Amino acid sequence: MTRRLRPRLHEIRSTDRTKDLAVSTLHTSQATAHEAHGHDAHGHGDHAKYPFLQHHFDTPAHQFDSAKLGMWLFLATEVLFFGGLFVAYAVLRSRFPEVFSYASHYLDTLMGGVNTCVLILSSLTMALAVRFAQTNRTKAMVWCLVLTFMGAVGFMVIKYFEYSHKIHEHLVWGKSFYVPPPDQAGAEEAKVISTAPAPAPVALTVANPAAPSVASLVSTPPVEASAIKPAAAAPGGLASVREQATAEGLPVADNDPAFAHPSMHLADPKMPANTHLFFAIYYCMTGLHGIHVLAGMVMLAWLIWRGARGDFNSNYFTPVDVGGLYWHIVDLVWIFLFPLFYLIH
Amino acid sequence: MTTIDASRPIDLASRPDNYLTHTRGFLSWALTLDHKRIGVMYMAAVLVSFFVGGVFALLVRTELLTPGQTIPGVTADVYNQFFTLHGAIMVFLVIIPSIPAALGNFVLPIMLGAKDVAFPRLNLGSFYLWLAGAAFTLVSLAMGGFDTGWTFYTPYSTTTTTGGVIPVLFGVFILGFSSIFTGMNFVVTVHKLRPPGMTWFRMPLFLWAIYATAIIQVLATPVLAITLMLVVIERTINIGIFDPSMGGDPVLFQHFFWFYSHPAVYIMILPAMGIISELISVHAHRHIFGYKFIALSSIAIAIFSFLVWGHHMFTSGQSPLMNTLFSLISFSVAIPSAVKVFNWLTTLYKGNISLTTPMWYALSFMVLFTIGGLTGIHLATLNTDVHLHDTYFVVAHFHYVMMGSALIGMIGGLHHWWPKMTGKMYSEKLGTAACIIIFIGFNVTFFTQFYLGAKGMPRRYYDYLPEYQTYHVISTIGSYIMASGFFLTAYCLLSSLYSGRKAAANPWGGGSLEWQCTSPPPHDNFAVQPSVGDCYDFRALRWDETTQGYVNDPALAAEAARNPLH
Amino acid sequence: MAHGTAHDSKHEPHPLVGHLVPMWILFAVGGALLVLTAITVAVRYIDVGEFNMVIALGVAVIKATLVALFFMHLKWDRPFNLLTFVGSMVFVILMMAFCMMDTAQYRPTQFVGNPPEVEATLQANAPGAPVARYTPYSP
Repeated sequence: MTRRLRPRLHEIRSTDRTKDLAVSTLHTSQATAHEAHGHDAHGHGDHAKYPFLQHHFDTPAHQFDSAKLGMWLFLATEVLFFGGLFVAYAVLRSRFPEVFSYASHYLDTLMGGVNTCVLILSSLTMALAVRFAQTNRTKAMVWCLVLTFMGAVGFMVIKYFEYSHKIHEHLVWGKSFYVPPPDQAGAEEAKVISTAPAPAPVALTVANPAAPSVASLVSTPPVEASAIKPAAAAPGGLASVREQATAEGLPVADNDPAFAHPSMHLADPKMPANTHLFFAIYYCMTGLHGIHVLAGMVMLAWLIWRGARGDFNSNYFTPVDVGGLYWHIVDLVWIFLFPLFYLIH
Repeated sequence: MTTIDASRPIDLASRPDNYLTHTRGFLSWALTLDHKRIGVMYMAAVLVSFFVGGVFALLVRTELLTPGQTIPGVTADVYNQFFTLHGAIMVFLVIIPSIPAALGNFVLPIMLGAKDVAFPRLNLGSFYLWLAGAAFTLVSLAMGGFDTGWTFYTPYSTTTTTGGVIPVLFGVFILGFSSIFTGMNFVVTVHKLRPPGMTWFRMPLFLWAIYATAIIQVLATPVLAITLMLVVIERTINIGIFDPSMGGDPVLFQHFFWFYSHPAVYIMILPAMGIISELISVHAHRHIFGYKFIALSSIAIAIFSFLVWGHHMFTSGQSPLMNTLFSLISFSVAIPSAVKVFNWLTTLYKGNISLTTPMWYALSFMVLFTIGGLTGIHLATLNTDVHLHDTYFVVAHFHYVMMGSALIGMIGGLHHWWPKMTGKMYSEKLGTAACIIIFIGFNVTFFTQFYLGAKGMPRRYYDYLPEYQTYHVISTIGSYIMASGFFLTAYCLLSSLYSGRKAAANPWGGGSLEWQCTSPPPHDNFAVQPSVGDCYDFRALRWDETTQGYVNDPALAAEAARNPLH
Repeated sequence: MAHGTAHDSKHEPHPLVGHLVPMWILFAVGGALLVLTAITVAVRYIDVGEFNMVIALGVAVIKATLVALFFMHLKWDRPFNLLTFVGSMVFVILMMAFCMMDTAQYRPTQFVGNPPEVEATLQANAPGAPVARYTPYSP
C-alpha cells in the first residue's frame, strides 16, 4: 500500500482497504538522467521511499518535470492574460501617441524605478530561496522567502502612494478625469461658471478621408498657438499650473472652476484630447499586476508557513520552485510595464 | 504487434471491484481524485446543462412559429434573453467542456495506460470551477438575466440595464479557468504519462485531438478572460476603452472577443474529430487511413485557428486589408479539416462496417460536418458574407458544425464508451433509431435555415415578415423532432443502466488500451501493465460469443505479427 | 549534470531533482538587472526620437531574457518549457500585429477632438479648461 503525506479522503472512507492495488510498474521514456539517484529498477522503492511521490508518477524526477511543465503552461496563460492588455495598450498608443508622450510625465519615474529595483531584488531573493531549499538550508530559505514577501509589501506600499496621489488629483480613468478635484477650501466656487473666455465649442466632425491635408481637419481655431504643438514636456511634479498659465499669457479668472484646485491636467493647454485613455489603460495594467502581486504574497505566505514547518528539503522543493516561477513572471511583467508607462520620452 | 497480451488475460470474475463501487458515499465522489469519477460527474453536469440550453432553444423556436408574439408573456426583450441564454449555456457550459472534460477525462489516462491525469487535484478543481461558473450563471438569471447575445458585443453589453450581465461575465470568466486548467492537465499528461512504446505517432488519434485542443485552451482562453474583465470594468467604472463616446473603439472588443472565440470553436470541433477517428476505424474494423495526416492536421487546425478570427468581423468596420487577409487564411483553414474527412472516407472504403449506434453517429457527423464546413466557405468569402452576415445562414452554418458535428461527435463517443464507463450495453435498436431521428430532425431544422438566411432573414430577430413564416414553421417542427430524438437517446442510455446487458471488456473490437481493462475499469485502471502496439491494428481480435465481446486470439495475433502493417 | 562550482567550499547536498544554479550567477544576474534598470531610466532623459522606444523595449527584452534564462532556470531546463514560454509571446505579438494593422488602416476616419461624453463632462464641470480641442492626425 502506498504511503502518502496526506491520504486521500475517499481512501479513509473506503469500505475495504485491501482492495487498494499494489503500484504497477509503469515506466516512462521521459525519465531523465537524474533518476540515477537512488531508484530501483521497478520503481516500487521510490513510492515507499518518497512519501511526496504521487501514485501516478514513477520517480520524483518524473513528478518534478511534470510539475514544472504544468507551471510553465500556467505562465503561458498569464502571458496571454496580460498580453490582451498589452494589445489594448498598443492599439491605444498607436491611435494616440501624443497622449502617451504627454501623460507619461504625470507618472513619477523615481517611484517607478524604485519599484522596479524592489521587484528585481525580490526576484533575486526568491531565486536564492529556491537554491537554499535545494541545498537543505531551511532557515536561509525561509529568510529569503520572508525578504521576498517584504519586497512585495514594499512594492504595494509604493504603489499605494502613487495611486493615492493620482486619485487625489483626479488623474484617473473615465469621466472623473475631466472633473476638477474638489478644493478643500472652495468646493462651492468650483461650481461657478467661468467668465474667462472659453474656447469656442468645436463642431465635432469625423475627418473627411478625402481631405488632402491635416490643416483642413481643424474646424475651429485652436485654443492657443501653443496647443498646436505636439505634446511638449508637460509640467512634471507638483508645480502649480496657475503660475505657468499666467506666465504664458493665458487668461485666468479667479473663479475659473478649472483652477478651483491646482489640477495639473485640466489647466494645461497642452493636454491632448483623450488623455483619460492613458490613465484608463495604466490603472488596468498596473492594477491587474498589483492583484497578481497580492496573489503572489498569499502564495509566499503559504510557502513560508510550509517552509517553517520543515516541508521542504533537497528531495522535495517543488512548491518553492514553481512558486518562484510565478514570482518571476510577476517581475517580468513589471519589467515591461515600467518602460511602457514611465519611460515614454 | 498485437495490442492485447494473451499471456495475461483479464479475469472478470476475480475483480468485481471497479471505480464505481470502490468507495461509497457522497464525499467519496465530491472529493474524489479519480479521473473517471470526475469525468462521469462532468458528463452528468454537461448533459443537464444541455437539457437547460435545449429548453431555451425550444422556447426560441416556438416563439418564432409566428411573426410577432407567439408565446404569451414573451416580449422581444424576453426573447433576447432566451437566445442569449441558449447560446451562452450551450457554448460555455456544454460544448466547450463536453468532450475534453467529460469524455476526455475518463478516456485519456486509460488510453495512455496511466493511473490518472498529471494533476488530479487540479482536475477536481476544474470541475468545481465549472460548477462555480454554472452557479454564477444561475445567479445572473436571478438578477434579471442578460440579453446581449452570447457574444457580449459592446457597446450594448456595456450599457444594457439588464441586471445579470456582470454575474454571467464572472461566471464565464471562471468557466474559462476551468477550461484552462483542464487544458494544462491534458498537455502535461500527454507529454509525461505515455507508456513505454507509445511514441507520439503511436498514440490514438483521439489523444492527438485532445492535445491540440488543450493547446488552444491554454493559449486562447486567457484572452477571453481579460476581455470579459474589461467589459466588467467598463460597466462598473466606465473607463471608455470600448466606448466611442469616450474615445474608445467597440471593434477592439470584437478583436479581443473573437481572438478567443474563434479558437474556441476549434476547441469544440477538434475533440469531436478525434472521436470520429476512433469510431470510424473501430466500427469499420479497419486501420485508420493516413494516420500521420490526421494527427498533424489536428495540430495544423490548432495553429491556424488563431489566424482567422477576423472573419467574424467582415462587416463590423474592419479595414479592407484585414478583411482580405482573414478571408484568405480562412479558406486555408478548411484544408486540414478536409484532409481528415477524406481520410475517414478512405478508412470506410473496403472496411467491414458494423452499423452500430456509434457508427451511425459517425456517419451523421461526416454528412453534417461536410455541409457545415462547406457553408463556412460561403461565409469566408467576403462578398457573399456581406449578404449573409448576421442572417440565419450563419446560424445554420454554426449549428451544423457545433451541433451537427461537435455535439453529434460527443454523443457518438458517449455511446462508444458507454459500455466502458458503465459496464452496460444499451439497446442498439433504440440507439440507432434515436440517431436517425436526431439526424432527420436536425436537417429539417437547420437546412431550412440556410434558405431562410439566403432569403434575408436576420438572426436574433423576434419579429419577421410573413413571407418567412413557412420556413420558420418547418424549422420549428424539425426542432421538435430533434428534441424527441434526444429524449429517446436519454431513455436508451439511462434505461441501459437498469436493464442493460453486462458489457464485455471490448464490445466493439477496439485496439487502444482502454479496451484492455474491464468494463467498468478498476479504480487504478490496470492491474498489470498493458503492452503497447499499433492501436488501429484489429487483426488479432476475434468475436467471443460467451462474453459478447472481442478477445485476443493468439493464432490471429501470431499471424498478424508475421505480417506487420508498417 | 553536476553543476556545482569550484567556489563551493562546503559540500552542499545535491538536490534529488532539478539543477543547482551557482550562487554567483544569481547575484551577477541580479546586479546586471539593476544596472540595466539604471541605464534604461537614464536613456529616458536623452532624446533620440524614434529610438527611445526601441531602446527602452530592447533593454526590457534583455532584462526579461536574463530573468527567464537564469532566475527561471530555462537555460538548464527542458527545451519544451522555453518553447511554451516563447510560443505564448508569439501569439500575443500576432494579436497585437493584426489589431494594430486594423487600427492603422482606419486612422484617417478617426474621431478628431474630444469625444462627446468627454466634451459634455468638460462643459458641465470645467468649461474653462483649455484642453486641446483637437488631436492632430499626423500620418
